[in-house]
Amino acid sequence: MSDNSNRIYMEMDAVSENEAFARVCIAAFCARLDPTLEEINDIKTAVSEAVTNAIIHGYQKQGGIVHIEADIDGHTVTICISDDGCGIEDVNKAMEPLYTTGALEERSGMGFTFMEIFMDCLQVESKPGKGTKVIMKKEIGKNK
Amino acid sequence: MNQSYTVDDDCLIIRLQEELDHHFTEQIRDNIDDIIINKRIRYIIIDFKEQSFMDSSGIGFIMGRYKKIAPYHGRIFVVNLGRNLERIFRISGLYTITSVKDSVEKALCEVRGGKQ
Repeated sequence: MSDNSNRIYMEMDAVSENEAFARVCIAAFCARLDPTLEEINDIKTAVSEAVTNAIIHGYQKQGGIVHIEADIDGHTVTICISDDGCGIEDVNKAMEPLYTTGALEERSGMGFTFMEIFMDCLQVESKPGKGTKVIMKKEIGKNK
Repeated sequence: MNQSYTVDDDCLIIRLQEELDHHFTEQIRDNIDDIIINKRIRYIIIDFKEQSFMDSSGIGFIMGRYKKIAPYHGRIFVVNLGRNLERIFRISGLYTITSVKDSVEKALCEVRGGKQ
């Protein structure tokens, strides 16, 4: 463990009111790495996508608990967002750009694509009935 | 929820008061669609001056409103896009269904065919 390491963990109800809180909270946690405005926006967007997915898809808007963990090690932040919801049958298909199960609800199908673009690394673990876990990493200050 | 709308003839102006995420789009969608139908809206101007965050839910929201007004040759104008939103618009392809303007006044001016 390096000197510059830190971790937070929180649980929140899977309700849409908490989406803004989740992204602002993780952005604030990352502020100690002195990120650029663009990096902060990247993290906010990626967290928002993952938390929204948990609420809409994981729990089918029926509520539950969203687990959010953020870990800073050196200049890298690792964010893990998981739910105990319905899970994803075919993760690779779900991650294709524009793929959506919610076309009638105006879902754009860009959620996983944004997480991939805005973070350095994205890993999705899911099994039907066993929930979904999204792990994202980003190195802060890379472009300085 | 604290969101107000301005209707100018067949033009709806939305000055966003909150970040355009899943939560907020769910709150304002029905209200906006009622206005589109009842006021026969053809043009929508979305002003991001006060709020410059939007995620993929915002993309779905803008595409959905576009579908409502497109049959009437409607258009969507977006105003005060910051760098973050420019990137989101570029990646998602939203530029193909929206027009970027410097100000609400300039968008209105274009709607009125150059007359203010």
